[in-house]
Order: sequence, then C-alpha cells, then structure tokens
Amino acid sequence: MTNNWVDIKNANVVLVMGGNPAEAHPCGFKWVVEAKAHNKAQLIVVDPRFTRTAAVADVFAQIRPGSDIAFLGGVIRHLLEKDAIQKDYVTSYTNAAFIVKEGYGFEDGLFSGYDEAKHAYDKSSWSYEMGADGFAKIDPTLQDPRCVYQLMKRHYARYTPKMVADVTGVPEGTFQRICEAIASTSAPDRTLTSLYALGWTQHSVGAQNIRTMGMIQLLLGNVGMPGGGVNALRGHSNIQGLTDLGLLSDLLPGYMTVPREADGDVETYLAKRTQKPIRPNQMSYWQNYPKFYVSFMKAWWGKAATKENGWAYDYLPKLDKVYDLLAVFDLMYEGKVNGYVCQGFNPLASAPNKAKLLEGLSKLKFLVSIDPLVTETSNFWQNHGDLNPVDPSKIQTEVFRLPSSCFAEEEGSLVNSGRWLQWHWKAAEPPGEGKGDPEIMAAIFNRIRTLYAKEGGAFPDPIRDLTWDYKIPDRPSAEELAREFNGKALADVPDPKDPKAPPLAKAGDQLATFAHLQDDGSTASGCWIFCGSFTQAGNQMARRDTADPSGLGVTPGWGWSWPANRRVLYNRASADPSGKPWDPKRKLVWWNGAKWVGHDVPDFKVDSKPEEGMSPFIMNPEGVGRLFALDKMAEGPFPEHYEPFESPIGANPLHPKVGPNPAARLYAKDKAQLGLPGEFPYAATTYRVVEHFHFWTKHARIPAVLQPELFIELDEALAAKKGIRSGDAVAVRSKRGRIVGKAVVTKRIKPLKIAGQEVHTVGIPIHWGFDGLTKPGYISNTLTPFVGDANTQTPEFKAFLVDVEKAAAGKV
Amino acid sequence: MAFQSLDVINRSASTSTPPQARGALEVAKLIDISKCIGCKACQSACMEWNDLRDEVGVNPGHYDNPADLTAQSWTVMRFYEEELPADKGLAWLIVKDGCLHCAEPGCLKACPAPGAIVQYANGIVDFQQDQCIGCGYCQTGCPFNIPRYSMKDQKAYKCTLCSDRVSVGLEPACVKTCPTGALAFGTKTDMKDLAGERLVELKARGFEKAALYDPSGVGGTHVLFVLPHGDPELYRLPKDPRVSPLVALWRSGVAKTLGVLTMVSVVVAGFFHYMKVGPIEVDEDHKENPS
Repeated sequence: MTNNWVDIKNANVVLVMGGNPAEAHPCGFKWVVEAKAHNKAQLIVVDPRFTRTAAVADVFAQIRPGSDIAFLGGVIRHLLEKDAIQKDYVTSYTNAAFIVKEGYGFEDGLFSGYDEAKHAYDKSSWSYEMGADGFAKIDPTLQDPRCVYQLMKRHYARYTPKMVADVTGVPEGTFQRICEAIASTSAPDRTLTSLYALGWTQHSVGAQNIRTMGMIQLLLGNVGMPGGGVNALRGHSNIQGLTDLGLLSDLLPGYMTVPREADGDVETYLAKRTQKPIRPNQMSYWQNYPKFYVSFMKAWWGKAATKENGWAYDYLPKLDKVYDLLAVFDLMYEGKVNGYVCQGFNPLASAPNKAKLLEGLSKLKFLVSIDPLVTETSNFWQNHGDLNPVDPSKIQTEVFRLPSSCFAEEEGSLVNSGRWLQWHWKAAEPPGEGKGDPEIMAAIFNRIRTLYAKEGGAFPDPIRDLTWDYKIPDRPSAEELAREFNGKALADVPDPKDPKAPPLAKAGDQLATFAHLQDDGSTASGCWIFCGSFTQAGNQMARRDTADPSGLGVTPGWGWSWPANRRVLYNRASADPSGKPWDPKRKLVWWNGAKWVGHDVPDFKVDSKPEEGMSPFIMNPEGVGRLFALDKMAEGPFPEHYEPFESPIGANPLHPKVGPNPAARLYAKDKAQLGLPGEFPYAATTYRVVEHFHFWTKHARIPAVLQPELFIELDEALAAKKGIRSGDAVAVRSKRGRIVGKAVVTKRIKPLKIAGQEVHTVGIPIHWGFDGLTKPGYISNTLTPFVGDANTQTPEFKAFLVDVEKAAAGKV
Repeated sequence: MAFQSLDVINRSASTSTPPQARGALEVAKLIDISKCIGCKACQSACMEWNDLRDEVGVNPGHYDNPADLTAQSWTVMRFYEEELPADKGLAWLIVKDGCLHCAEPGCLKACPAPGAIVQYANGIVDFQQDQCIGCGYCQTGCPFNIPRYSMKDQKAYKCTLCSDRVSVGLEPACVKTCPTGALAFGTKTDMKDLAGERLVELKARGFEKAALYDPSGVGGTHVLFVLPHGDPELYRLPKDPRVSPLVALWRSGVAKTLGVLTMVSVVVAGFFHYMKVGPIEVDEDHKENPS
C-alpha cells in the first residue's frame, strides 16, 4: 500500500476493483465501513461477481474477467475528455509535460520496437527526448503533440464508453455513474482510495492493471494524499515482509536486485542502478544504492566483504535468466531440477495446471516440505482416487517433511499491507516435533557449512564466510535477526555537516536511520528499508502507542512503518508546489518556512525549499510520477487492453491481430494446453471465500464447519441451460483437467453481452484439497493455465476458459 | 453490569416472586445489516466461546453453513439474493439468525418444566438445560423458530446472549469479534439511539425505508436489527411476530382456572357419587385372584 489500512477511513470514494476485501481482508475492511459511516464515503465495487464486498457497496458493476484495463482506460479517457484532473498536480508532479522521443509509436495493438520472434520489445524508443544539458525536455503547456499528456490522450481516445461496454460488459449508464464518482475526487479536497489484490495481479496483464490505476490516481492528484493512493491488499500475512526481504528469485533485501550475468563487474552493476537526476534539482534517491549495497554485503559477509573484492560481489549469484515459480516448475517438468525445498508453501494446490506440477514433482530426486500443516504438495505421491490420480509405485521422489511452527508459536515481526512492522510474542510451544523456521534453516545451514569445511568444494567461500554470530548458532533468535536487518555502525559514523560534532552513530551502535548508511564499509544493514526498526532505543516494532494527534490515523508510535516510520508514501505530494497542503482538512506534511514538518515523516529532503523545485517522487530520476512508464514495463509504456490467454470472445475487439499480451512468456507445451471458446465456452475465475485462508484453515474444525465443501458458482441462465440446480454435483472442465463440486446457482453472476456474444462467467473458489478436515475436494488449480504476467510471471488464475456439465449424483 | 443483572425476573412454569430491590438495565445487541459482510466471524466466536463444534456438513447449494441452527450452532448467517424493485438492482441480504431475546418470550410461556427457561432482569432469556425435560414446547412457543433440540441429550438449546460474559461486564462473543462493527452491544436505550443515528445516515444514502426491527408483538426484543430496506419480510423476519394464542391459552390464567375447576368438579362429583352410591365394593373373586 502507498498508504495504510487505517488511512482508508479518510477516503471520499473507495474503489474496490481487483479485490474482495470483505472476504479476503475482513478485519481491514472495517476501515471501509468507517469511511462510509463517518466520512460519508461512497463504495464502488467492480468485480466479475457480486461479492460480499458488493453486498455493502453503493454501486456495483459486473465486469468480464480480464477486461480491467478496458474499463480503467475508459476512465482515463473520461477524465481527460471532461478535464476532470487536478491540473496543478498533473503538471507539477507527473511526467505529463515530458516530451517523448521521436520514434515512439503505437499501432494495431503493438508499441514501437516489437520483435515477433522473441515475443519481446526493443524499448529504446520508449524514452524522453533529452536536451543538450542532459535533462529531459518538457512542455509545461502540455500542448506539444509528443508530450506525454497528448500521447496519453490519443492512446485512450479509443476507449469510448461504448467500447468499454462492449469489452467489459458494464452498461454505459453504470460506467458513466462510476466515472463521475471517480472524477469527483479530482478536487483537491476529495480523495479516492483504490483497494486491489490478486484480482488484479493474477492476469497476464496484472502489473499493467495496477499501473492503469496508478495513472488515474496521478491524474486525480490522489497519490500522497490521506485517503488516496494505490493500495495493494496483500494476500498472506507477512507476504509484504517476504518481498521487502527480497525472497523473490531476482531480488535482494530492500528491493535491490540480484546481479544479472550481463551486469559484469560490480562497478557496472552499481552504475546501472545509480541513476543521476534527469531534471534540474531532483533527488534521484537511488543514487544511494551503493550505500545500501555495501551495508548489505557487510551484514552478510562482514570482514570478507572488502573494497578490493567489490564487497564480495563474486559471492552473489548472477542470474542467467529468471527463476520465477512458473520457470522453476517448467524446469522441473522438463526433468532439470533435482531437489526442491517448499517452505510455508503448497504449490501443488496454489500453482497452475496441477497435472503439470504432479509430473514435475514426480521427476524430483527429493522434496523438502517445511510447514506446520500436512500439505498436498508433501503428499503429492499419494493416490486419492480422482482427486489425485497418481500411481505411487511409479514415483521415486524422496519426501522430507520438517514440521514448523504457526505464527502464534513464535515471536517476531510481521509486515502488514501498509508496511507496518508489528512485533508479536509467542503464545504457545509448537506441538510435537515442530520447530521455528529459523531453527530449521539454521540446522540445515550449519550442517552444510560443516560439510564444506570438511570436504572443501568448488566455491565454499560464500557459505564459509557468511556472518553467523548468533548466541546459539542452531537457533538464531527473532531479536538477533531483527537487529541484523536494522543494522549497526561498524566504525564511528561522523556527521558530514560538522566532523567535530559527536558521531551520528558510534561503532557497535544500532543505526537510527538508513540516512546514516555509508558506502565505505563502516556500516552494516541486512535490509536498508528496515533500518530504524530496531535502534539503540530498542525495538520500535514493539511499540503500542495508539495516539493519533492529527486524527488522520497516522499513529507514529504504533509499531514501525518502513521507510523511516513513514505512514503515507510520496506524502510531499499532499502539499502544493509552494509547500501548502492541498486540503486544510488533510494536512500530512508542509513547509514551515525553514523545513518540511508535519504529522507524518516527510517523504522528501527536509531542507529543500519549495522554490528549488524538487518534485515529490524522489525515487525517480525525473522526480515526478510516471504516466508514461518509459522502459519499465515489458508490454508498453501505456497500459493497453489485451485479452486473457484464454478468451471467451477469441479476438481482441481493439485490434484483432494482437489478442493476448504480446510480451508474455508462454512455453510451447503450455501453448498446446490452451483451450478455445468452441470447446470451452465459459469465462472462469478463481477466488477465495471468507470462511477459509488459502489451503490452511481446511485443517481447522471451525472453518471446516463454516464452509465444508468445494462449490462452483453459476448464473441462473447457464444453470437452466445445463439442467443444473443448486446443490447438484457439477463438473468443470478446462483444457488441463476436470474438477467436480457442488453447484451454487446464483443471481450474483449475470450473463454479459460481450462483442455481440453472450458470455457466462463460472466462479471457482480455491481452498479444498485431499488433506484436511473439510470434505475432500478437487484442487481448483487443476484447471488454471500455466501462463503469467509479462513482468512478474504471476499466474493468470483470474481469467481462463471452462465448460460445465451436470455430474452424476453423489459424484463429488 | 454485574451478577445482579442476572436476577431472574421470570421463570417457566413457576409462580415465584422475582427480586425487585435492585434495578438492572436492559441490554440489547444491535445487528446493523448495512455494515454486515457475512464473514461468519460471529458464528466462529460463538462456537469458540461456548465450546460448540457442529458437524462438518456439505454445501447445500448456497452460502449458509451450517445450513440451519442446531444444538451446536446457536447462530448462523443466512444469505438471501433479492432483485429489488424500481431498478435498485440486486441485493445480497445477509441476516444473522439466532435468538432475539423477546421481552415477552413465547418459549418461556410455553415451557412446562419449572425453571427450564428463565428471563433475567437485563432482558436475556436463557435455557437451563438441567431443568429441561425435552418436550420441545419452546419450539412451538417461539415465533422466530429458534430453539433446537439435541438428539444427544434430549434437551433444547439456543443463543444465551453470552449471559456468562454479560454477567461480568463483557459483551457477547459475537459482538467482540465482529470486524466491521455490524454488531454492537449496550443498554437497550443506547442501542436504540445508535440505531437512530444509523437510520438517519442510511436514509441520506438513499435507503428511504430503512427501519429498526424491535417487534412490539413480543414486547420488543433484546436483539435489534437495522434493516436498510425496511421491510422485515425481505429479510425473512416475521412482520408482526406474536406468541401463538394456543400457547397463551395453555399457560394463561384461563387455562389454570379451567384446570382447577375441572379438578374441583371431579372431587365434587366423586363426593356426590359416594354419598349416593356408597363405597366401591370389591367382590370376593377379585380378592382371591388379583389380576
């Protein structure tokens, strides 16, 4: 979230699209209810189903799965057409005025630079026109035909209300009503908050779904504002912490990136990530990258990381290609993976195309499952009839199951969607042989290190030299790990403004802020964005002060929020260029004549005078928010509607030659496993329901009572056509497999008119499997396609094709 | 609130005089349907607090699970899909079903077992299962179809409004756990005030018919509903619930008088029969061969 959970209460309009917080985040949803009850907020829900969130909404629009960009592109067109944008914000704080280089273009569904053979773009034309002074050229009047504003206007001119209705199924009247509500927040004293989750990410255009909303919020002047922002509601407890700590295959902690082979030496690696400002007086905060990198390498390898060896640069792996979930399971399927460690992960249930996964797992030599629960993945080799039709005698994979602890059986911090690190304490011992994850990992690591010490090996150095100075080496404590992530001074850190003043930090001290990190090896920090969470003053994450002096839900003394205990990112943008808050009722930070102050920690250089013209988006070298994404996205600088890889209407109504995302990765064997509407006529989407959490709570009695059995949601017309009544067994088939569940025939999904055709949507909740206390059920991801977003490779769980039929009675 | 709030003011099949020296405030739970997201956290909390564990059932073709109230499920969420008139679109009405704790409880009136159903001074109607004879009359007496009979111990069960928690100053478990504030708990006066504020807000939002459900036919209830669309029948709540006249007759003074009159007349008739016919004499055969 750019903002945070509590901040939702400050919104005037709450747009829930690509998420269903009443069901997936019922506790956080209280802030939506609060916004409605005490801020007279309007709640708008756009979803393929009338969800429990829609049950309390003011406006609901049913959208075809996978058509979000068409809808949001239509909103952009509406805002530009009616000039319902916050003009001063847009000209000062976004790249609307920036001139794009000659050569950039968009035609028939493709941007300039497409290489059909590689399914990828040469993005060199997606850039600004640079002046001789080394700065990007701008036209503050927004009149230049090549400025971002004009290009954007041209790009979205095609997204008329009629086109939106035709592609998404949302009637023009409803769309108009929603546009007007959204547009009302272009006033400086009104804000819209966007709440989304996996309903946006799990598409082949997932990242662009979110970017489209980012553009809308920039146009409305809602980024950095209380009650504004683009807010990802994370799908697991602490999944925010997972990404913060770089547990994705191409990330290092704090959103630094793993070097690629092409990066060459450390100088090149750092230079690529240390961009100079491309507009006058801008901050370009990533210029500090070397400080974060060196401090991180010192945290990991201590004395072995020296200036001479590039701070142990050679110890880091160099990526030859990406190793996301789909890539790894494809390698496994091809028989190219020997062993796989699943920690708190049940991929057989939560990754797409179960048959392919089963085949891959069966080719492993060994599988390790570290989990507090019995997962389907760890039992993939068991035959459970139709639910898991494998032949155990043909599977040679050795499976190790290491029982771990649940959240209440350990202490530590969890990072919530709003970037708050909140410490929690152990309530009970794990049952049986269960151990905390750090203990399990430490035991494995120490044994491996001993083996390397004994037997040598090709390159034992990174393992041998890893910092491991925990009091009990086989059991690092949560506090020790938290202190390490925060970081400490390895030598005195002098005050650069006055070398005679007391040092900013004394050798051995916990650091107070990442502003004190150095690139000379005198500081160590395991995750720079967590620097400040465990200081000399103690564990900031354990604070529990509910005081909220501004009344805006800032609560600076509750837990700790990265970065720098800042509660709203880009909050400099909540004030106008002169430093005065846009809305006197929503004052977050302001210029007091001498420095930036406020209720929140300013996301800015605190002594930068407004007249110096530094812009609020300090992480970007141009200092402004990007309506035009330059080369940062795989499939184009402006989001464009592409059909899902399995589309119920076949062709893309906007450009028949380019259907799905042209830059997405699709393996040849998976291409052959895509269904066509002739055989699989119905649009399908998967989702969670409130009674369960993923594949965990089916192991607990009460949630099992509350939602005991796999069900399939169908509209009344489709059910009538197929002779299916509520409670019947219904079979759902995709090109990849078949599942059977109980039919829930509902008015909450309606047939839609799309491009002249009737399109039915079939709803398929996840949650069930062959293990647990619920009724044994099929794994819903038996059906889903093995293709992901072009940028993140997040699987396309939310839009695919199926056929349905009535199944024999009792055949569930 | 403390233990005195549990002073019994009404007891099934009994004529004892309730204590009156202490005053107690009437409590109420307010269910604001406009804030309810049907998350079933209340169902979960009810099972946790009351140590209830219903069977893992089946999906009956809708979201209601368990499908009905049982001796193990004292509250269940019910989901109704309604196409509203006048182009207002679809509504998914989510109603938390369970005991309403009537001021004039039909169950208590119908119950023939002394002390099996009691009403506390704070308005809570509670079943005392140790006194319950399992006759099921409480089900007949209830205009809301709430009490459920347990096949395990042949006794009736329903929501207690967490009388154990309320007696020590806590809110019911469902209220404590409700994440959106759809459930509130306090004195009945405060809850009616809160409902009044909600109605003003809802009417301003376009729910012109929004109304409070506190049916007078049962003397008012201690579980109140804010109904955004007003009409109770949309939410499958009886429009004007009343205790069945048969139950009233059965437990009323009329029935008692009739019963006493019958007994007296039997005695009187017996006396005259004796005076006129004399004692019943047993013949010798019967004396010898008692059969």
